[in-house]
Parts: sequence; structure tokens; C-alpha cells
Amino acid sequence: MSEQTAETILDVRNLRTHFDTDAGVARAVDGISFSIARGECLALVGESGCGKSVTSLTIMRLLPLPPARIAGGEVVFKGRNLLALGEKAMCAVRGSGIAMIFQEPQTALNPVFTVGEQIAEAYTAHNPGAGAAAVRVLTVAALRRVGIPDPEQRAADYPHQLSGGMKQRVCIAMALVCGPELVIADEPTTALDVTIQAQILELLRQLQAERHLSLLLITHDLGIVAEMAERTCVMYAGKIVEHGPTADIFRRPLHPYTQGLHRARPGAAGEEKKRRLAVIPGMVPAATHFADHCRFSPRCPLCTAQCVEKEPELADYGGGHYAACWNTRAEGIEAWKEEPVASCSKSAI
Amino acid sequence: MERGTCGELLEVRNLTKHFPVKRGLFGAAAGQVQAVTDVSFAVGAGETLGLVGESGCGKTTIGRTLLRLIEPTSGEIRFAGQDLVPLSQKELLPYRKQMQIIFQDPYSSLNPRMTVEQIVAEGLLVHNIGPRPRERHGIVQGLLNRVGLPPEAAGRHPHEFSGGQRQRIGIARALAVNPRFIVCDEPVSALDVSVQAQIVNLLMDLQQDRGLSYLFIAHDLSVVAHISQRVVVMYLGHVVEAAATADLLSRPRHPYTRALLSAVPKRAPGTLSSRQVLGGEPPSPINPPPGCPFEPRCPLAVQACREKVPALEPMGAPGHVVRCPIVKDSALPAA
Repeated sequence: MSEQTAETILDVRNLRTHFDTDAGVARAVDGISFSIARGECLALVGESGCGKSVTSLTIMRLLPLPPARIAGGEVVFKGRNLLALGEKAMCAVRGSGIAMIFQEPQTALNPVFTVGEQIAEAYTAHNPGAGAAAVRVLTVAALRRVGIPDPEQRAADYPHQLSGGMKQRVCIAMALVCGPELVIADEPTTALDVTIQAQILELLRQLQAERHLSLLLITHDLGIVAEMAERTCVMYAGKIVEHGPTADIFRRPLHPYTQGLHRARPGAAGEEKKRRLAVIPGMVPAATHFADHCRFSPRCPLCTAQCVEKEPELADYGGGHYAACWNTRAEGIEAWKEEPVASCSKSAI
Repeated sequence: MERGTCGELLEVRNLTKHFPVKRGLFGAAAGQVQAVTDVSFAVGAGETLGLVGESGCGKTTIGRTLLRLIEPTSGEIRFAGQDLVPLSQKELLPYRKQMQIIFQDPYSSLNPRMTVEQIVAEGLLVHNIGPRPRERHGIVQGLLNRVGLPPEAAGRHPHEFSGGQRQRIGIARALAVNPRFIVCDEPVSALDVSVQAQIVNLLMDLQQDRGLSYLFIAHDLSVVAHISQRVVVMYLGHVVEAAATADLLSRPRHPYTRALLSAVPKRAPGTLSSRQVLGGEPPSPINPPPGCPFEPRCPLAVQACREKVPALEPMGAPGHVVRCPIVKDSALPAA
């Protein structure tokens, strides 16, 4: 991916993750490619069911196989294809090479161990020779670094004694304790209040700068993308439909889906308050029923005959900005603005 | 309908709800969760009042207390002039017909064993509207059509629907008894952005068609600002600021409101610099601070804030009230 001069740390090439289900093959992730440079933050944005979490779990090799099946592609982390590694080698990568922060700190932490024990466990898994006293010092330092007050006492707390924001800080401490080079944050603030979300994002930004971390940020919130990411991939129905520098994606969204997402946000129409919000009619199709042609075409206001015949490829629009659409209009789509009421009722069952 | 003639449709005065905390074998009261303390507001006919605040600020408790799904500790809830608090359940029934609620979680608020028709028609049965099954069926079909669901949805069960469609079922259920006032308790926070826009539009259309009043509860300021004419900001059970929406957004006075506005992720990249990140977390409502509830996190706090809960005082434009003695109009930079 073009102008990155820094070392590429993760390179996902044409990755396909499918699930064999009773209802047929669900092509949850279907041929996506992206790369992350050292110290960079890349956002993967999309709605529920677009395949963004499956992507992160595939990279970490945390999906049960079967029902999941890697139908093709490579995940190259620092020159090694993770999909070809044995389980033991993969274990060595998890935590110390790539770490993950999950959406719900509530369920990501084990309720029957103290948070100190859980951080220590993550550390000793990769450093079996470490002495108990040294591990304890490290644990407390890790908790202190993520902004937990009285870390010596809090290390002995169980997860239920901490608030949601504090639990997420613990998860971040745990993710960072082995010094990973890439952190995958899967909706890290979705379960948190907005003022706490601001704290956690600030913390992630600081840690990223301080340790020169690469961050793969998975979110549905364009506002978070705007704040955090240098580059953005927009996913829809298992495909990347647009990617490029974040500033460019906000200034000049090319794909009709990206444009629709922008317009559907309250306040997007500036001061024209109390107006109807622009909507994307219908909803994301089930993964077993993705079309073979353009997957957005059933909801797209620009859909033409070509769109229902052939799937568009990502095309280069300059400056590292790519979009997969036959009818891209750089000036945006006026059709979104005057969305008729009837479109709400089109949502098929 | 005496719409607009009686001024406010719903008036809440000094509403307080304290939940007892019980400990030990015999359930001795060990304290109180002060969920809602001395809250007053009014909703006019055809108006939407937004109620914002973070988890635990008491906004859901207020929504449920208005319908007496939770009994208030003290205060008045006047609906069309009648105080609902002293009424018996039987006396309350005609008012229940005029006040409905849409819940946050479309997964847990619909009975999985009932068909959509049974769910939507339940209110009709309770209030004896359309006594014959055929009439009820007709009413249900009309409602499903109005909220954008196909006629065949009536025979299906909730699990066959997506989140957005379930929320439409919840809206149809609320509309069935033809209410004048609906509490919308975070109706879109569980939904994706594009679906969220569909539901917000539906709620606004229904309001226009039927002259409904809404109490719109949410933690997302941008959605509340879009749909509401006035906004009440809550923190730890107290109203800290209330104002007309445009006034609140352009001239927020209370330090909490300002922090809340600044914490909302920005619309475009490269606008981060002005962010004021609020430290700490809301204190527990079991042992709230004796003074101003926001004092422990407040960048402006002085000694006086620790001693006494400040009063709500008018400031700036008419109808704008602020619970903070420190902020002065002149001292604030324009937001």
C-alpha cells in the first residue's frame, strides 16, 4: 500500500474467512487486504455483521476451526505468515507480538482471579522464569501506567470491584505487559460512557506514541476513527469497500456506503437541525446471502445494471485512496438528502 | 384533545427516588441509593424533551417512575393536570393508556414466546380497544404498516427480526393504545448508525402525524440534540443544566455539560486540540458527596462546592437553568 516508508508490521493479503453453517457458507470475510506500518493506527470501520471482528479474530487465530474455515489468503506479521504457524508458535506471538483489547472488559476478565493475578499470568506465560517479586513489581507498574489509582491495592481487587472504565484500563495493562508491537483494539470503548471513552482513547494515544505501537482499531463509530486513525478501511458485508488516509475519507468519501454512513450521523447536515436524517435503506444482508455482484447494490441509490452483474474491484483514486464502486461520484450523492419516507418500510425480513 | 390549551402535558415537580440498600439476613436497610434527587421538568404537548447523562445518573429511573413502573419516594407527576402519584393502580389505568414507553434493548423487551401480533395487541386487550379479534387484527396491521413492517410480520416471533425491526415492533406496541406521551428510553443506542437514523426518522414522523410528546432519554448527545427541542442534563441524580437545545449546544454553562460536549468524538479529523478530558469517574450514588455532585471531578471546584448542593439558577436565555454558582456568563469563553 503505496507511500508508507516505515516498516510494514502486518500485511493481510486477500484474506477469506468462511463459516460452514446449516444455512450455507457464510462468507464473513471475503478477500480483504490491508497493511499496518510500525507506529501507525489503522481503523477498520463498519456496522454489525460486516466482518470486522472476524478479521481481528482471524489475525489472532482465535476462531474455532471448524465451523470457521480460512478459505484463502495470508496474514503476514513481521515476515511470517501467521496462518501457517503451528499452535505453539502462534501462542508465542499472541501477547508478546500481537495483543488484543476486547469490547467488553466485563467478559474479557476472569471473575474468579484478581486483576493482579491476571496481569501476572499474561506476563509469566511468556516469561516462565520470572520471579514472583519481580512479576509483582511489573504488575503494579503496568496498572500505574494505565492510570489506575493506588495500583498496589487495586492489584488485589477482583474485576467486579472495578468500574467499566477501570476494567478496560486493566485489559489495556494486560495487553501491554509483554510489550507487543501490534495491538488490536476491538471496539475498546463501545461499552463505556462518553467521558470515560475520552479518557481511554487518550490513554491509547499516549501509549501508542510512547511505545511506537501499531494499532488496529476496530469500531463502528466514525467519530473515534476521525480522532485516532491515520488510515481507514471501510468494511461492508465482508469486503473492504473503501480505504485511504482518514482525512481524505472524511473530506472526500467516494463509496456510496461511506457517504451514507457520514450522512446518517445526526448533525451531519450542519445547522439544518430537526430535519429528517438521511438513511441507508434496508439493512446489512445475512452473511450466507451476500450477493456475487456488488454487495451494497440492494441498498445503493446509484445502483445500475453493471452493479448487479459484476463485483467492482478497489480502484485507485490517487493519494492512496481506493474505492470499490462502478459509479463513484466524488462530489457526493444528492440522492441521500431527499430520501423518501417509503424507504424505511423497504427493509425486508 | 386539548392540545396546547393546558400548556404543559406532563409536569414533574421535585421528583425523588431513593432505593434502600439491604444487607444481612433480615434485610436491614444499610443505606440508600440516591438515584434521583429533587428533579423538576415539564414536557409540552407535541414537544420532545431530551434527558442526557451517563450510566447511573438516574435517567432511566426517571423514565420508569413517570409511568409508575417504579414508585417515587416523593414528588409530583402531573399528567394533563392530574397528579399520578397518589392514584391507585386502577385509577391509574386510564393514564397508562395515554403514556407509553419504548425500551432500550429490543432483545429483552419483547416476550420471545409471543407473536408480534400478540405483543402489539396486548395493550388493546388490556384497555378493551377493538373488542373483536377481527378489529384488533385490523388495528395491528395498520400499526405494522405505519412502523414499516410487512403484514406477514404479525405471525412471527421476535427472534426472527433484526435489532432495528424489533425496535419497530416496540414502537408499534407503544402506539397501539394511541398514547399522547411516550418515554423513549435509549431507543437507538443498541442500533447501528444507518438503522439508528431510520428509527429516529420514524419517531419524528410519528410525532408530526399524531402530535405526540416524547421524553427522549439517551447518553448520546448528538441524537438527543437532533430530536429534542429542549435538553435536561443530569449527573448523579441531579439536574445540572437545562436549556433549549440550540442554546445548550452553543452556550453550555455547567462544567459537566461542557466536558460532555467536548468528549463527543469529533466530526472530522484534526479538530482534537480543544478536547478537555475529564478525570475520574462518577461517584457512587450510595454515598454521594455532600456538596455539588460534580465537585470531585470539577476543574472549577472551590471550597464552597464541597459544603452544599448548589441551587438551579436561571442564567442567560429564558428557560436556561444551571446548577453551578461558580460559572458566570462573562467568565466563559464561547463554546
